[in-house]
Amino acid sequence: MAIVPNPHGTTGFLGWIDDRFPLTKMWRDHVAEYYAPKNFNFWYFFGSLAMLVLVNQLVTGIFLTMHYKPSALEAFGSVEYIMRDVPWGWLIRYMHSTGASAFFVVVYLHMFRGLLYGSYRKPRELVWIFGMMIFLALMAEAFMGYVLPWGNMSYWGAQVIISLFGAIPGVGPDLVQWIRGDYLISDATLNRFFALHVIAVPLVLVGLVVAHLMALHEVGSNNPDGVDIKKNKDENGIPKDGIPFHPYYTVKDIMGVVGFAMIFCAVLFFAPEMGGYFLEPPNFTPANALVTPPHIAPVWYFTPFYSVLRAITYPLFGIDAKFWGVIGMGGSVVIIAFLPWLDRSPVKSIRYRGWIYKLALALFVVAFVILGVMGFKEANALNTKIAQVCSVVYFAFFLLMPWYTKIDKTKPVPERVTMDH
Amino acid sequence: MKKLLITALSALVLSVSGLTVAVAAGGGIELAEANIDAKNKASLQRGARLYANYCLGCHGLKYQRYNRMADDLGMDDALVAENLMFTTNKVAETMDIAMPEREAQKWFGQTPPDLSLIAREKGIDYIYTYLTTFYVDESKETGVNNLAFPNASMPWVMWKLEGWKKPIYEDVEDHGHTVHKLVGYEQLTEGEMSPEEFKAAMLDLTNFLHYVGEPIKQTRIALGLKVLAYLLLLFVLSIFLKREFWKDVH
Repeated sequence: MAIVPNPHGTTGFLGWIDDRFPLTKMWRDHVAEYYAPKNFNFWYFFGSLAMLVLVNQLVTGIFLTMHYKPSALEAFGSVEYIMRDVPWGWLIRYMHSTGASAFFVVVYLHMFRGLLYGSYRKPRELVWIFGMMIFLALMAEAFMGYVLPWGNMSYWGAQVIISLFGAIPGVGPDLVQWIRGDYLISDATLNRFFALHVIAVPLVLVGLVVAHLMALHEVGSNNPDGVDIKKNKDENGIPKDGIPFHPYYTVKDIMGVVGFAMIFCAVLFFAPEMGGYFLEPPNFTPANALVTPPHIAPVWYFTPFYSVLRAITYPLFGIDAKFWGVIGMGGSVVIIAFLPWLDRSPVKSIRYRGWIYKLALALFVVAFVILGVMGFKEANALNTKIAQVCSVVYFAFFLLMPWYTKIDKTKPVPERVTMDH
Repeated sequence: MKKLLITALSALVLSVSGLTVAVAAGGGIELAEANIDAKNKASLQRGARLYANYCLGCHGLKYQRYNRMADDLGMDDALVAENLMFTTNKVAETMDIAMPEREAQKWFGQTPPDLSLIAREKGIDYIYTYLTTFYVDESKETGVNNLAFPNASMPWVMWKLEGWKKPIYEDVEDHGHTVHKLVGYEQLTEGEMSPEEFKAAMLDLTNFLHYVGEPIKQTRIALGLKVLAYLLLLFVLSIFLKREFWKDVH
């Protein structure tokens, strides 16, 4: 099929542009005539909110780079300079630091929505995979961004995470040195993390978000009923249960954005440290290679995976337990990408699934949260046991899915979507 | 579906509420609560004066500018220049120490830490407890020790104000164990201030350090109220806007 310039036949100035660039076509394909199911509920706010937070991070990040100094000698002081001497610098910095945590809040809820309604199922496998790649890029972005203020927790957090690569047999130690760019975490590490944080990873992130949306718009959005709205079209070929994204979902998302902004601003203005979870107390003292903080824990959004890492305490095949911990941690993230092929249920949405999946999902959520809590705590015998049990539940949710989703009793799925009021 | 959500959410709330971030606490004594009033400018000014006279010789506030402090604490620039500035005559300078860092290291073994962010790192309760638990300890070079930070290398610079004191311990039965518990202090020599006056002064000093930790804090909170009020209004409007557009969706 050849490309037809200006398929909508616009005239005048807009026509001149449309003859040369698909402006009207893109607007209609992706916004004004993108038909989304009319029954989106609360859980469908988080995609647009993730986009909002991404823009927030990009814009505030650009302004932060104007005064931030990526050098081990100046980084910490430059952040304080932004907080005190740059007009409105404190606001921009808090928007960025609160935004980092907010990003993970909305992305976790966005992913949970996928689990509720089977949004990853055929034909949305690539939407899901692009989403998982975004999640991976986001983790890398957040980790490197956390190092930049060059507080003592930045330093020791980087020390712990980078040293994990050292557990890989053979290449480990050299790999760690290659990542650090030095024999220890130093100015070289900080400077390269700055480069990766402000340009390399954001570029990849934005590209992946475009791919995520293009894949989504190609197949259309899922909905809380898991019904394919394209099966029921009117005489114009428009899905009967679909409504144009603009204005319906633009006005609805404005509501979501303002609601989110209220929570976001409440944190930003009244509790920017969030009790030590968003900005940790040891990070208010400059990086010091000689003084270890009394308790090193990753930021809250990494703790579930960190717990999986620490839960694996058995050496295997003559290789250190630490290596298997790293494999376990990596596996706990990567395995999520395989959901489209693990789920064998005849229905997508949890509304029509049986009790087995509901129970499995509930257990999974509880295990994930407990793993998150354990990531903050000291790894004593009891906590390690708890983390081990939760890790097993976490992996069982995925690995047993092909069987339990198959035997689960499902309810009949309606022909058309239902509106819950 | 709803039940599932409620279960998941309550699990979340329960596990988060059972959490506490380990904040760098001191030597294991229970921290006294620092009941500061961050809006009390008179208290902040008294704290600033104490800081400039007793602390600033060794502990810098390298991110705090004199004129910013004057502004925020309701003081006159000239007054600050005359009474609180000992190391510089430029009111826009930061509150640095006169001692070069390298020399300080030679003299004290380590540079006395900059205290710009001490309140955000250790918390105000720690600062207040530290300031009120210096006691006579002949075994130490400085002749004093501290309960919040055992073996602190800092000499007790405010002994003239507080006088010298010694802790009194009692062995107390607690759940079948004998616990060596601090029950009070014995005042060895009188200071210029009574113990009550001194505690109040240390609250002022804590208050001042809390201010220095984040000078924008009060502005931030005040602005936050306005922002939230605006967003609340916008939220109501956005709900009506959505309803208007969605009237025809059934």
